[in-house]
Amino acid sequence: MGETFSEKILGKKAGKTAKAGEVITVSPDYYLSHDNASAIIGEFKKLGVRAVKAPRKIVIILDHIVPAAAEKYAQNHKTIREFVAEQNIPNFFDIQHGVCHQVLSEASFALPGKVIMGSDSHTTTYGAFGAFSAGIGRTEVASIWATDEIWLRVPETLKIELSGKLGCGVSAKDVILKVIGDHGADRANYMAVEFTGSAARDFSLASRMVLANMSAEMGAKNGYFEPDDKTLEWLKKRARADYDIVTSDADAVYEAVLSYDVSGIEPQVACPHTVDNVKPVTAVEGKKFQQALIGTCTNGRLEDLEIAAKILKGKKIHPHVRALVLPASREVYLEALKKGILEVLSEAGCVILNPGCGPCLGAHEGILAPGEVVLSTSNRNFKGRMGSRDSEIFLASPATVAASALEGQITDPRKYP
Amino acid sequence: MKKGKVWKYGDDVNTDVIFPGKYTYTLMEPSEMAKHALEALDPEFVLMVKPGDLIVAGKNFGCGSSREQAAACLKAAGVQAVIAKSFARIYFRNAINLGLPVLQSEEASDNLRAGDEVEIDFAGGTIMAGEKTYKFPPLPDSVIGILEAGGLIEYTKKKLQNQAKT
Repeated sequence: MGETFSEKILGKKAGKTAKAGEVITVSPDYYLSHDNASAIIGEFKKLGVRAVKAPRKIVIILDHIVPAAAEKYAQNHKTIREFVAEQNIPNFFDIQHGVCHQVLSEASFALPGKVIMGSDSHTTTYGAFGAFSAGIGRTEVASIWATDEIWLRVPETLKIELSGKLGCGVSAKDVILKVIGDHGADRANYMAVEFTGSAARDFSLASRMVLANMSAEMGAKNGYFEPDDKTLEWLKKRARADYDIVTSDADAVYEAVLSYDVSGIEPQVACPHTVDNVKPVTAVEGKKFQQALIGTCTNGRLEDLEIAAKILKGKKIHPHVRALVLPASREVYLEALKKGILEVLSEAGCVILNPGCGPCLGAHEGILAPGEVVLSTSNRNFKGRMGSRDSEIFLASPATVAASALEGQITDPRKYP
Repeated sequence: MKKGKVWKYGDDVNTDVIFPGKYTYTLMEPSEMAKHALEALDPEFVLMVKPGDLIVAGKNFGCGSSREQAAACLKAAGVQAVIAKSFARIYFRNAINLGLPVLQSEEASDNLRAGDEVEIDFAGGTIMAGEKTYKFPPLPDSVIGILEAGGLIEYTKKKLQNQAKT
């Protein structure tokens, strides 16, 4: 009987066969943390060891509240910088780099066949490159720093087969929102999700990152795309370490297969207050909002900013809307700058913020007052996440957010081809 | 065994309503975290919760962020266990790692009401409410050691000490 990607890669790491449902112990290739490294340091110090076991495997990227918005955040960052120096941790990325998942990918840690654990739920993103990557909590990272190992339950795998061609104004975000809306926020709880089929292969790596990232919103442990020519092309420019392409066997056993012809998918919107409360944009058109957000680890890449700029070029953001743009990384920011994209967005009236998580988790840079509504390209719309518990978050694609920002109300982006 | 009162919630109770993101980098002490537990879902909870109380919820409890304060704040608020139809993956690990028991029981989740007095027999795998009892499956062996040690930090600490001796 064949093996899925997840069974195969975890088996390789554990040095034995690993069937879905078994518990194995592995030594991950990298372990990510961000501003929460400060709390991890606190837990690590309780363990009674002086030095981290494998400093080269630790990746710390400051992104959640950058630059520090208050003294407490500044102290957290300072604690992290001091620990990094004291423990000789080479892979530290200070506040100028951008959102951890984008930076980790650009800096060539997200490679095929790597096992990456991260103290952030969207660690699933690196499945876009054929890695096994899953989110864990702070205490667990502290333990890995000391032991270089973690127990994992080998996940069952849900296969999502995508065929057909996307319609105009429709993108990866709409596809994943449609899947989550149809099957619920816990459909893939404890499972791996494999995205396959011709439409999966048609997606750029940036778009694959959107799907792998949002597989966390179905409860998934990890997402996965089989590496192909596009992946190899990216690796040619980026990879600074060896990698190992691991793929599912043709006769692997799946928990289920969900099939979608993406040609029929319309632009989608996740309505408050759960990510699976999804409706086609036509059902929520006309909903007024005060803030638009384009960015985050889900949709802050160059192709996302390009789509927004194409729609906003030569036009003005609606006077009742505050439009925030957060490029996912400094690299994305620079490219968008050189291509004139930031100029177009700024001329339209957008506020260009520094690369980072921004207001997505409700700590700074665009917090909502009671009664306010935001239309965002981010990944979560839970009650109170971006400010007041009496505010509302709608999630959509960059095209939908850009088109809607012009009209001050939720708008079908197909009107702006 | 301690009796506690049930606080009842629905499906998909997420980490943002259990512990809002705005506090995740400013509050470091569990006692401080406890003051904001379930703030965005039920502001009454922190005012009325008593040590030994339980949370009973539907499916996918703790979905969303990996922030473990969402487990820490409930434990610090005195919650003795969370009973749900299912738990989100990261929440399940975090709760075990911090020593907060998470029990799966579809029947208990369906039948227990807010305010019910409940007692839990962890060793026997039983939830008792008045005349009724509900069974919950024992936790996997892989995690029992962590819970018994009082959480992952203590567990890892002991493991490292034993390694150092040999």
